[in-house]
Amino acid sequence: MTGSTLFEQILDPANRANPYPLYAELRKIPVSRQEDGTYVVSTHAELARLISDPRISSDDLPDPQKFRWTGHPITDLLVRPVRAEIRKRHRPFIFRDPPDHDRLRGQVMRCFTPQRVRGMREKTQRITDDLIAKMAGKTRIDLVDDFSYPLPVTVICELLGVPPEDEAQFHGWATQLATALEPNQRGDEETQAKNEVCFNEIADYIQGLIKEKRKNPQEDILSDLATDTDGMNDFDLIATAVLLLVAGHETTVNLITNGMLTLLRFPEHLERLRAEPETAPRLIEELLRYEPPVHYRTRLALADIPVAGITIPKDAPVILLLAAANRDPLRFSDPDRFDPDRPDNRHLGFGGGLHYCVGAPLARIEAEVALVSLVRRLKGLSLTENPPPYRPGASLRGPCHLRLALEEVAEG
Amino acid sequence: MTTSPERIVIAGASLAGLAAAHGLRERGFAGRLTLIGDEPHLPYDRPPLSKQVLRGLYSADTTLPRHPDLEAEFRLGLPATRLDPEERFVELGDGSRLPYDRLLIATGTRARPWPKPEEAALDGLYTLRGRDDAQRLGQRLQAKPRRVVLVGGGFIGFEVASTCRDLDIPVTLLVRDATPLAAALGAHLGGLIGEVAREKGVDLRLASEIERMEAEGGRLTAVTLKDGERIETDCLVAAIGTLRNVEWLDGSGLAADAKGLRCDAFCRALRRDGSVVRGVFAAGDVARWPNPHDDDALVAVEHWGNARAQAETAAGNMLAGDASAMRRHDHLPDFWSQQFGLTIKLVGLTDGADAFAVRHGSLEERRLVAVFGKEGRTVAAASIDSARWLPAYKAAIRERAPFPPIEEALDQPRLRVQEP
Repeated sequence: MTGSTLFEQILDPANRANPYPLYAELRKIPVSRQEDGTYVVSTHAELARLISDPRISSDDLPDPQKFRWTGHPITDLLVRPVRAEIRKRHRPFIFRDPPDHDRLRGQVMRCFTPQRVRGMREKTQRITDDLIAKMAGKTRIDLVDDFSYPLPVTVICELLGVPPEDEAQFHGWATQLATALEPNQRGDEETQAKNEVCFNEIADYIQGLIKEKRKNPQEDILSDLATDTDGMNDFDLIATAVLLLVAGHETTVNLITNGMLTLLRFPEHLERLRAEPETAPRLIEELLRYEPPVHYRTRLALADIPVAGITIPKDAPVILLLAAANRDPLRFSDPDRFDPDRPDNRHLGFGGGLHYCVGAPLARIEAEVALVSLVRRLKGLSLTENPPPYRPGASLRGPCHLRLALEEVAEG
Repeated sequence: MTTSPERIVIAGASLAGLAAAHGLRERGFAGRLTLIGDEPHLPYDRPPLSKQVLRGLYSADTTLPRHPDLEAEFRLGLPATRLDPEERFVELGDGSRLPYDRLLIATGTRARPWPKPEEAALDGLYTLRGRDDAQRLGQRLQAKPRRVVLVGGGFIGFEVASTCRDLDIPVTLLVRDATPLAAALGAHLGGLIGEVAREKGVDLRLASEIERMEAEGGRLTAVTLKDGERIETDCLVAAIGTLRNVEWLDGSGLAADAKGLRCDAFCRALRRDGSVVRGVFAAGDVARWPNPHDDDALVAVEHWGNARAQAETAAGNMLAGDASAMRRHDHLPDFWSQQFGLTIKLVGLTDGADAFAVRHGSLEERRLVAVFGKEGRTVAAASIDSARWLPAYKAAIRERAPFPPIEEALDQPRLRVQEP
């Protein structure tokens, strides 16, 4: 990879297991221009500032490219362009700016009530216990397949009101649609074509579900959104539901997997969590700093922005490298040390500014229940591969498998 | 000054004093540490006093948290009465002397008393500065006076008016200027807050002053305004500003007057001739320091955030040895206020501003970010119920960006520059 820019090296799967030395290199220039005109922000002070700058837009998805002709004039000249236009206008709020963003996010936040989120603790515990019970008798597990993936998926489906029997089909959809967060993937024609097919399938499914919820509302978020009289239109509703489903599928899995991986790498912390489960919240905050589930987010500069001695020019893509800022020695002393007792741990693990993670309180509950239960009940755990294999994404970064040996599953 | 200090005295046991004490210990100072406070209370927080405490939601005990290992000696209930910077001691009200190697002066301010002493002594007349004041006034408010008359067009006056309305007490607010809060926020924002206050039922009188008070048996019964109107009231709150606690420095040679105690960029106290007083530092409301964001114009900032930041800086510099190891105090003034359901934030100082523009939201929506310019530079930004973009404007103020800053951004109305 000689000659490639630092950010290209970060995107290279070969560096997925340990991107942190590259981040340290990047931090030498707080806001650094890459050869392709992208600006990477890697230091805490600059990132914290730019994430709340009104000249930074989240509406940065590339316009759909021209697709290959199918030969059907109605499809090529009417259906596809209209559909592309509709999708462009009804992007999920993670890719939108105020005022639309505020309206859509506000409607979701009204459904994500603290009571509802707190109510998920018990359900999360029940799902966790079920998943751990299935490990009984095994001496090898894949934490991702057996636990970290199914837990948040079951939780988000239940919260949204997706019937459990339909969960299976979301796996493929969610993975495909999560490419929207990877700048090196989302622009290419093949990914866009796949995303289009995939979005149409998931949209059809959710459209059906919305109809059902309107007819027969349940105690779930989708019912609330679908029956909100002051609510969003169906296109926005679908985009929002897809966003919540994808986010629920693709992020917490990393938090839990990275959590166990980190605890197994630093067994003194595993032992401590086992002995003092009440220390879990601090440990999870440190995990969000040390191995965050989302490593960066992309933005677009709407105007020239002077920062850290340079100017990010209007229209430049901007990468907010959250995971690098989380290891900035100017903000965190001894940043490469995993230290749950760290004071004033203002990490950027959930992002910041107006796009701060909507699901943060839920993710904290899920991670806490999961890690406390896992270390309490799984005895004689060890890593069989270190580092483990990683999923391809550099933004949604986490192991695709975490194969562990275990001696015993203790009673619940 | 190269020897490390063994004994540090902090005159003033409020936010700045306590923050400095913590700052000294965090930096490894292991010697004797004494805080002098003229009130009998351990350091406490003031922002809730005009709000939750008056309203009866919190008790007046707003004691600030102290680190369990602070190991500081508190000399409470006695003011510092004299400083001898040559012999290096502080004298207390009982004549006892506290020698120091380093001294931090953080004696703050007190409420400006009602100018006519015979009226000031009336039962029913209040000022608000400390927790005892808040307790007394809070008890009175909870007993539902018929009407509260508030004098003063600043933030304390408005916050107390807001609390009174929360308690459903009729309020007349007398503001001497033609616009409320104009000194800090300018006419547009001050006018907006005045409008909201009126909607919430405050009888707001602009360009209005008290001519005289009436009393029966030492109790306030009514006030007469300069325009001749008579208002019956048994409870008057004078929120007419503050006085700096500098009288105890008379005769010390330090450059202290009604504007504050002069210090240099490193928080070191100065003599009248501008020379540095060895070992003496200042922080908080009493300190008057060169503001790097305003061409080193001298300023005393009576804000919670500055008290903490300046105490931190001073603590570091007290242990620094010599000036080459000291850090300059470059805090960008900021403060917030909550009243009538609005959260108001201000970053920078609007003194001398000659231009104003709303950059997000609008006055009509009562949600906005507005910026202030002075001679073509951005000097301050204020938000009402909409602080999310404020950090970007704060950076622009630090950089002294050309006014108006931050164009072509999200969520902005068309630019219209006005007089502040």
